[in-house]
Amino acid sequence: MILTVHHVTTYEYDMPMRGAVQSLRLFPSRFDGQRTIRWDVAVEGGLRGGNFRDGAGDKVEGWSLRGPVTEVTISAVGQVETTDTAGVLRGHREIVSPFAYLRETSATWIDHALRDLAETAGLGTKDPLDRAHRLCGAVSEAIAYRPGTTHAHTTAAEALAQGEGVCQDHAQALLACARAVGMPARYVSGYLFAREDGAPHEAAHAWAEIWVETIGWIGFDPANACCPDARYIRIGSGLDAHEAAPIKGIAQGDGSERLDVTVALEAVQQ
Amino acid sequence: MLSRTAENLFWIARYIERAETMARLLEVGARIALMPSAGHGYRSEWESLLQASGTAEGFAAKYGDPVQRNIESYLFFDRDNPSSVVSCIERARENARIVRTALTSQVWDALNGAFQEMRQLERKPRSEMELTELTEWVTRQAALVRGAIDATLLRNDGYAFLNLGFALERADNTARLIDVKYYVLLPSVDFIGSGLDNYQWQTLLRALSAHRAFHWAYGGEITAAKIAHFLILNPQSPRSLVTTVTMAMENLDALARGYQRSGAAQMRARSLVGEIAETRVEEIFDEGLHEFLTRFIRDVGELSDMVQAAYLSGEAR
Amino acid sequence: MTTYFNEMYEGGTVREPYARLEDWTKAMPAALRAMKQAEAEALFRRIGITFAVYGEGGDPDRLIPFDMFPRVFTQAEWRKLERGIKQRARALNAFLLDVYGRAEIVRAGKIPARLVFQNEAFERAVAGFTPPRGIYSHIVGIDIVRTGADEFFVLEDNCRTPSGVSYMLENREIMMRMFPQLFRENRIEPVDGYSDALRRTLASVAPAKCEREPTIAILTPGHYNSAYYEHSFLADLMGVELVEGADLFVEGGFVWMRTTEGPKKLDVIYRRIDDAFLDPLCFRPDSMLGIPGLMDVYRSGGVSICSAPGAGVADDKAVYTFVPEMIRFYLGEEPLLNNVPTWQCAKPDDCKYVLEHLGELVVKEVHGSGGYGMLVGPRSTADQIETFRAKIAAHPENYIAQPTLALSATPTFVEEGIAPRHVDLRPYCLVGEKIELVPGGLTRVALKEGSLVVNSSQGGGVKDTWVLAE
Repeated sequence: MILTVHHVTTYEYDMPMRGAVQSLRLFPSRFDGQRTIRWDVAVEGGLRGGNFRDGAGDKVEGWSLRGPVTEVTISAVGQVETTDTAGVLRGHREIVSPFAYLRETSATWIDHALRDLAETAGLGTKDPLDRAHRLCGAVSEAIAYRPGTTHAHTTAAEALAQGEGVCQDHAQALLACARAVGMPARYVSGYLFAREDGAPHEAAHAWAEIWVETIGWIGFDPANACCPDARYIRIGSGLDAHEAAPIKGIAQGDGSERLDVTVALEAVQQ
Repeated sequence: MLSRTAENLFWIARYIERAETMARLLEVGARIALMPSAGHGYRSEWESLLQASGTAEGFAAKYGDPVQRNIESYLFFDRDNPSSVVSCIERARENARIVRTALTSQVWDALNGAFQEMRQLERKPRSEMELTELTEWVTRQAALVRGAIDATLLRNDGYAFLNLGFALERADNTARLIDVKYYVLLPSVDFIGSGLDNYQWQTLLRALSAHRAFHWAYGGEITAAKIAHFLILNPQSPRSLVTTVTMAMENLDALARGYQRSGAAQMRARSLVGEIAETRVEEIFDEGLHEFLTRFIRDVGELSDMVQAAYLSGEAR
Repeated sequence: MTTYFNEMYEGGTVREPYARLEDWTKAMPAALRAMKQAEAEALFRRIGITFAVYGEGGDPDRLIPFDMFPRVFTQAEWRKLERGIKQRARALNAFLLDVYGRAEIVRAGKIPARLVFQNEAFERAVAGFTPPRGIYSHIVGIDIVRTGADEFFVLEDNCRTPSGVSYMLENREIMMRMFPQLFRENRIEPVDGYSDALRRTLASVAPAKCEREPTIAILTPGHYNSAYYEHSFLADLMGVELVEGADLFVEGGFVWMRTTEGPKKLDVIYRRIDDAFLDPLCFRPDSMLGIPGLMDVYRSGGVSICSAPGAGVADDKAVYTFVPEMIRFYLGEEPLLNNVPTWQCAKPDDCKYVLEHLGELVVKEVHGSGGYGMLVGPRSTADQIETFRAKIAAHPENYIAQPTLALSATPTFVEEGIAPRHVDLRPYCLVGEKIELVPGGLTRVALKEGSLVVNSSQGGGVKDTWVLAE
């Protein structure tokens, strides 16, 4: 599948800021399921800083803007060819040990309910791959997709208690469950191409990856109860949503910001 | 140098100068309060003093009526008053501690010594201390700091920022001190030219340690015009407005030479000096002394903002 | 504690390194001593040296007690220590390079993966990045105790930002000023090369992108920090700027200082702030001390940070146990300096032993560095021991235990005259293009009779440390 991405993020400030710095983890991953045809990232009026590929294989690029700044517009535009690898992250170069992904964060804190959910779901199987699938299914059932019920800082435990949330909540709950049963897991941010049946969802998407000793990292999307396929574009990963965020930035000044994001994905006719 | 270092140096000087001004203001107040006052009371004089030092609101909120003893505490010892002598010395020393390495040990000793002695003064019962003793102590400490700076510091950009701090603060403070005279006199214009008026002018000269210097420079009768000339327009007078803005200009020019670039602050300083050098004392009285001083204080404030933007803010490119 | 090694007297005779000091003390009547002591204090106050050993907190204007009786090593003793310290510093850096790369030591099963990768000090953000010369910890402070003529043990390693070196330098300065005669009679190796060596070390790890003489700065949390004096002292000695986070900004892939002449590029940052506060975009988002975007510049090779973020994983108290193993694994050598035997409460057998012998052991928390969460069994009340027993039972993996060592003692001036007091030693090893170690270090002394706690917050003081030339 060839997917065209047009992703524009705009921060508007109600008073001029002295300057801004951005750290962008906004580049398609390199692995067997993805090939980047072209990809351009730009910050309007910004100065490009250094870039590097981190230990988890994500490309990161720094940007800065000189003040006064009233608006920051970040665009990522490009084309990616994808193939279905049944969720397996094959051919991805990274150096960080999977054990580094057992650590809890405040957003993925494991409370009793998450632990119960994980342990119950894992019962009756010794096969780690099977267990990972069951965890994904359990989270998918326990949290209904309902936009607007949670916010950026909702924790996995809160989302489970509430029983509803969006893809971020699903993914973080799955991370917590996997780690609760000793399986390394990480948060993945990326894009998802709209299904032809027109079911509602956001093109910017997030899911989880679980480490299965015999295979490696495998993607699980509890929001859609499936593994990522050719409709998914993988961008970057982290211990939780905050760490894996494609865009991190700070503007210096007293203004308050307003965020606007548009993401459009199209399949190129072949 | 780091912009923050320059800022610390600039403020060391400003706080030392400000501490000295506070002490001098107290001196003026105490002397004016001693004289036989006709028509208006002792109370309004202290009020004017608070007005001139910009501390009236803070004082009123804390103490209400201006009673001499409370005013002395507030202007000298009170840490709630950011302009009190104690606050100024403490902040000067704290700024110095931050940039210890940009100072010589003599300058540090002078600032740290002032701070340590001040802490001892604070522990002494107030009844054991005369106001004059306190104000003289402050002027002595300020002289020690200045002396150490002049005798031991490298004549580099740091030296220029210190002197810029002294110059701009003194310009502002001298203008405010002269303005006390305005506040005191305002209620009764009749006094102008009277013996009382002259007494007040002399008090002002004394507070500025300029009493004798004035006589050497002018001789004869003391007149308001002569004193205004001395404190505003005379380039020989160490605290006159023209002297202080000239000092600011010279230090800005030194920075421009050292950095090989000149900017808005230099231009502004030059025009300020040019303007005041051409002013005649009659014009000041025509404009109104208070109006003239208010304008001058605003101009100096703007120059200070320019120095901040060009060198201290760290935003310079 | 009944027996311990006295560094000056062995039996009834004076040990060789202290030979000339006996006459010195005999020639100093109490009155002269009191005068000299007052003079020393006045000097410290005058230069404004205030100090708190890393992590102890306390009043920033506090003076740490200075004991004028020097602690002395022979050249031979020092050579041996030096080799051991340098060996350890090399191994610790090799370990860091490894665990942020392929982690061969974990693959080889020499250290548990959990201990490394789940360690709070392991920074995933720097994995896969090789800093200049592959060095992570450029200033390694190794705390050493002595228990016999030839017995030295490493108590702990400090790979992040060991403090106290200003005391090593100032103690010497003040001793030379007060007792010049002593320095003529004894041939003592100088320590004042430290600042040049530090500067050389920092310059030698400038990023590859830096094509001229590197610009170096010390990054301090600010003047309220208890070690601020040390930061400004070192900056002054090296002739580099002392900066706070707000003095720096990131642009175009580099870090810049805000100066009165405009931005100036910075190449090497000797940071004296913790990892968590370096960059709010990468670590704690609420950090007011850091520089947004710093880590992106670091990772893309625009600036060097010393010590490297993540260096702390090597000095964790649980990782400490494996340092001898690191030395064998990376260097193929046997450790020249021994660890203190350590029980890891994470191991059930060890934990059982520790809980049964709490009254005789020293128990330490594994995360964090220094002083906190420590139990000195023989010096604790039954209540304190029971509190710790509960803590260990709840989270055994957070604790290690060591025997209470008979720390050596050196003569120290006390109220009644001269008496032995227990000491430790922190030498500062510099790792850059070369590995350098100035002869000596900071000797901390427990001034209370019988006390083994040398921390300045608990009645500890400092001494000048001599290494005699041959």
